[in-house]
Amino acid sequence: MSAVKSYDERSIWWRVAADFLHSRIAVGGLVVLGIVVLAALLAPWITQQNPYDLLQLDVLDARLPPGSRSSEGGYTYWLGTDGQGRDLYSAIIYGLRISLTVGVGSALIAAVVGTLIGLVAAYAGGKVDALLMRLVDLLLSFPTILMALMILAYVGKGVGNVMLTLVLLEWAYYARTARGQALVEARREYVEAAQGQGIPRWRIVTGHILPNCLPPLLVIGALQIARAITLEATLSFLGLGVPITEPSLGLLISNGYQYLLSNEYWISFFPGVALLAAIVAINLVGDQLRDVLNPRLQK
Amino acid sequence: MTGWLLRRLLQALCVVVAMTLIVFIGLHAIGNPIDILISEDMNQQERLAAIARLGLDQPLWRQYLAFVDGALHGSLGRSFVYQEDAVRLILQRLPATMELAFAALLMAIVLGVPLGLFAGMKPEHPVSRTLMATSIVGFSLPAFWVALMLIMVFSVQLGWLPASGRGATHELFGVKWSWLTFDGWQHLLLPAFNLALFKISLVLRLTRAGVREVLPQDYVKFARAKGLKPTRVVLMHVMRNTMIPLVTVLGLELGATIAYAVVTESIFAWPGAGKLILDSINSLDRPVVVAYLMVVVVIFVTLNLIVDLLYKLLDPRVRLEGAK
Repeated sequence: MSAVKSYDERSIWWRVAADFLHSRIAVGGLVVLGIVVLAALLAPWITQQNPYDLLQLDVLDARLPPGSRSSEGGYTYWLGTDGQGRDLYSAIIYGLRISLTVGVGSALIAAVVGTLIGLVAAYAGGKVDALLMRLVDLLLSFPTILMALMILAYVGKGVGNVMLTLVLLEWAYYARTARGQALVEARREYVEAAQGQGIPRWRIVTGHILPNCLPPLLVIGALQIARAITLEATLSFLGLGVPITEPSLGLLISNGYQYLLSNEYWISFFPGVALLAAIVAINLVGDQLRDVLNPRLQK
Repeated sequence: MTGWLLRRLLQALCVVVAMTLIVFIGLHAIGNPIDILISEDMNQQERLAAIARLGLDQPLWRQYLAFVDGALHGSLGRSFVYQEDAVRLILQRLPATMELAFAALLMAIVLGVPLGLFAGMKPEHPVSRTLMATSIVGFSLPAFWVALMLIMVFSVQLGWLPASGRGATHELFGVKWSWLTFDGWQHLLLPAFNLALFKISLVLRLTRAGVREVLPQDYVKFARAKGLKPTRVVLMHVMRNTMIPLVTVLGLELGATIAYAVVTESIFAWPGAGKLILDSINSLDRPVVVAYLMVVVVIFVTLNLIVDLLYKLLDPRVRLEGAK
């Protein structure tokens, strides 16, 4: 029995993978995403400098244009340096690390919390359901940046608080989707069959309904990660995010702002390109996932 | 219709009340307001007097009622930094933000609708394909980075447009406006375009989708068969029916634009409400933060209401459904 089941599951995911690879632009996105993730994971081994170690920074090397040689270390600043003498290439790779951690971390926590709340709403129904869904409506009807500013005004700055803010804002998307999907699935025959077998309700929800809610949640997750990364960068840019000693991409761009007017463009330009590459890649992958996993579009 | 309007008004009121509750509990539950509102070098007697003056010795529900009472009288406290009434402070800055938001919205319509029409009429044309691909990038671009790049290209490299401030203003109805002077126009152009970028992509895609949906309909075929000029078919028959979703989305987008102006204003040093709120968050000027939130919530709820109403008026199908 279990062998048959796993064979079926594998074939489904094989088909999803094959459909996914049909779009060349999505494959391109996947490749870029792979490079970005690998670069972030391998940061200490592929950079020439730890940009967060103040001892390794040389103020004399501040604001050097791309391609300059360092005064001591004997290496080249391929993308130039920032106002504190940080090698921009190293700072971008480390910044990607923070951006991805915050984006993926908050999306995962929000997914778990949101899905749970959505399932509870669908399971409980009645007043609990109505109350939770009105709360979701309220959260989703106001622009994210406004809610983020409001929460940060209360809890204060910092990476942890930015993640908390992102989770507080994102769970509603997952909750709404999980609830909607769960209500659809609850009327399917396989649920009736499980009920007929006398399987307890909570096990039907976790073992039968939840797995079938996952595809749409996966799509939302991918797009939410891109949104979270953008929002973290924006908040850091506004000076409400990460501390100044450990700049994320948003803060690097922000620091470059003051030098932009004297034509030292590279401090803001290159971190922005990295940020854009990551966001576009995730969006492309997410878009393709949506098309592949949407049963209405399947042949 | 009247019943619907009453129900809808009541609903809007509920949202506002819910938001005052959230803002109020947020303000009073997270962190002790006394620490922020009262300076540390007061002695015990002065502290107690100050607490009593601010009403912080009252039970929470009484404090909430006092807060609502103040809100109903248009007073949400005084700014610590500016020593002025917080609501008045916001309202003084709001016209500048509105100006920016409307300019951005106008830009999105003027650029997005014709491009979207073209992409919808000729979906296979290479220009249409390029437009659609570009619009994905338009969705993904972080607005603050685009703003910096706009400054770099148009202000620093080319020197065509100013990078900060509002420029010369002209007074009309007791409010200062930038769009009435040439210098003001020049200052408005970059920030408005920055704010509009996302919306141009949105309008383009919405218009295209609408056109693609309307074109195969019988009434368009009939209009063509009647021998109407193609421009007339597009303007009178196609456009009209793509406008309905567009009006809805743009109405809601206006609220989002006002909120996202925070970023644009802070980069272009545009003296609007968004820049004020950011400064207030950084200086822990909570009355201004609360006042801003309440003002924006009211704007938002009002916009939602107007959009719902417009939607009913524009689309006879919705109107009839409501009458049943």
